Amino acid sequence: MNTQIVLILAQDGITNGAIYALLALSILMVFSITRVLFIPQGEFVVYGALTMAAMQAGKPVRVVWLLAAFTVAAVLCDVWVRYRRNGRLRLTLAGSCTLLYPFVLALLLNRLPLAQLPMPTQALLTLAIMVPFGPHMYRLFYQPIAEASVLVLMIVSIALHMALVGLGLFIFGPEGARTTPFIDYPLHVGAINLNSQALLIMLTSVLLIVAMHQLFERTVYGKALRAVAFNRLGARLMGISPVLTGKAAFSVAALIGTLSGIAIAPLTTLYFDSGFLISLKGFVGAIIGGLISYPIAAAGAVAVGLIEAFSAFWASAYKEIIVFTLIIPVLLWRSVKHYPIEEEE
Amino acid sequence: MLWKNNLTAFMLLVGSAAFTLPAFAQLKIGVITSSSGPSALVGIPQKNTVALLPKKIGDLSVDYISLDDASDPTASVTDFKKLIEEDKVDAVIGPSGSPNAMGVIQFAAESGTPMLAPVGTAAVVLPMNEQRKWVFKTTQNDDLIARALVEYMVKTNVKTVGFIGLNDPFGENWLRVFSALAKEHGIQITDSERYQRADSSVTGQALKLLGANPDAILIAAPGGASVLPETTLYDLGYKGKFYQTHGAALPDFIKLGGKKVEGTILAASLMLVLPEMPDSNPSKKVANDYVDAYQKLYGVKPATFGANVYDADLLLRHAVPIAEKAGKPGTPAFRSALRNALEGTHDLVGTQGVYNMTAADHSGFDDRGRVLITVKDGNWTRVK
Repeated sequence: MNTQIVLILAQDGITNGAIYALLALSILMVFSITRVLFIPQGEFVVYGALTMAAMQAGKPVRVVWLLAAFTVAAVLCDVWVRYRRNGRLRLTLAGSCTLLYPFVLALLLNRLPLAQLPMPTQALLTLAIMVPFGPHMYRLFYQPIAEASVLVLMIVSIALHMALVGLGLFIFGPEGARTTPFIDYPLHVGAINLNSQALLIMLTSVLLIVAMHQLFERTVYGKALRAVAFNRLGARLMGISPVLTGKAAFSVAALIGTLSGIAIAPLTTLYFDSGFLISLKGFVGAIIGGLISYPIAAAGAVAVGLIEAFSAFWASAYKEIIVFTLIIPVLLWRSVKHYPIEEEE
Repeated sequence: MLWKNNLTAFMLLVGSAAFTLPAFAQLKIGVITSSSGPSALVGIPQKNTVALLPKKIGDLSVDYISLDDASDPTASVTDFKKLIEEDKVDAVIGPSGSPNAMGVIQFAAESGTPMLAPVGTAAVVLPMNEQRKWVFKTTQNDDLIARALVEYMVKTNVKTVGFIGLNDPFGENWLRVFSALAKEHGIQITDSERYQRADSSVTGQALKLLGANPDAILIAAPGGASVLPETTLYDLGYKGKFYQTHGAALPDFIKLGGKKVEGTILAASLMLVLPEMPDSNPSKKVANDYVDAYQKLYGVKPATFGANVYDADLLLRHAVPIAEKAGKPGTPAFRSALRNALEGTHDLVGTQGVYNMTAADHSGFDDRGRVLITVKDGNWTRVK
């Protein structure tokens, strides 16, 4: 084991860790705002990557029809709720725009020569398809039971995760996919080959983390989200809509998940069911942060990536065991320290 | 009115008779595939193949009962028990996965039901014992493929080999079989590493392998997972030869690996290089027929995994008429005779090769069951 190997392993570990960190932050944010343990976070990674791969392979982007189904169901739910409240069947302007969106998008995807488009455009289209899933998911599955216990919300998450994996198999097929790299430009620093795609991932993560920080510190919406995370009832009394914050949190989660997927798709082959393990490692990071602290969660997730890379080198047969055993001492230490986790029932 | 009622009753009678009569001489075959879950890549072509199988063997009509185990070994056991206890099947084709098949062997033996497993690992039929004698395997045994690879290594002067395999029965058995053969031929294994199918990076393992700088690297993993170690090693600048097992023998391998898998050597059935095979090869026609039929129905070429199920059916087709002399389908006597008939299979040409079963060998392939294949200009080609 020489310096060169250490550096390559570190690069690999930090690259994966950067993705885990993003997912950890997103899981943490969704949990603190809505009390939902968002297990399907990993599905956004996979759906994003596979949608992008489908575009590049010139295959029809069928996932847009799933979006259409989600949209129609969500809008119908809203209409029904209004009908129950004031006895009138009416579609609002916002509702009709939402309803139209996936169909316009489908038409656009049908007309554009997807495989020939430049990669940033493909990435933007992928985001345009995937991000609306976030708020619709919240509307359909979590909003009606927003006041339920954490356990119930988690069970719904597990069910949703299972359903999405099954739908993923149906939509994308069992074959794994890999996309072409955004930049393929080998950098040589001293004796090591720096992978340009890996650098891009780290850069994306850092930018997203900074953006999240700015959002929460500087904008009114971000402050509203933080207020809800801090004290749900108090925030509500101040006129912050729980529905709006829930949808916002899920949109950000969808955005982060999809971006992570687009970023790692050129580095590794992703399958319809790869998402769970990736988000589970992000989850370990979030647990290390006690589901409370953002910086510790991010650091923990990067640590998970590094430990993974080095244990793959030393004892590849026990890699997963080492990574997931890590959670035990952390939980022990947390329980000894007796850090109260917010639970307002 | 009365007349009308009579007519209805009569039609009902005729109808029910028409439905019950053929069931009299009916053979039931259960099929368990992993057509969803992580092994879906393997299971889907297998499930699709069931629709191609003819519905008659001699005078017997055949009822195929196809179940999905979602790649979950526990579900395989549930499916298997259901097939035996509720549907009372005479034979089972499946399950798709190695761990899934290992889990149901004892139930096949307990109930005395022949099972034809289209799985990769030889562990389902080796070492042969009282339980495994009910299991037949329609894929090449690992050692048959490994021998072809090792012979080629010796021929091309490979002295040291690094091994990386999946952390499951497939990878485990390959390491065992390959280590023994390598020792026999004076090839040194420098290092053996493991990885998971879902791993997004194998850089750590690759670096360890690179450390010893072996002449060649053998990767043992079924399906698309076989690509990642190879591309990683390529990116890290490994210049030696890559060897793959028959687990990598699918079109996706080239699609996922691109130019990085150019020059990979593997041994597999003739399915990948059908047009290149000489007409004298007995399996060429059978395999061609299968590929054509599959393509006609689904519009795509089948992966080799589907052909393994097709061969299982060919074996049954051959054995059922012999077993019928011993008893009616649905009886233990018939199932036992079916097992004996399968074991007596002699020179049966399948899509994968020629089957010659014996009491000790329930896979039954010889050298006609494999060809050396390489990737050249993005296509599978025979090694001349």
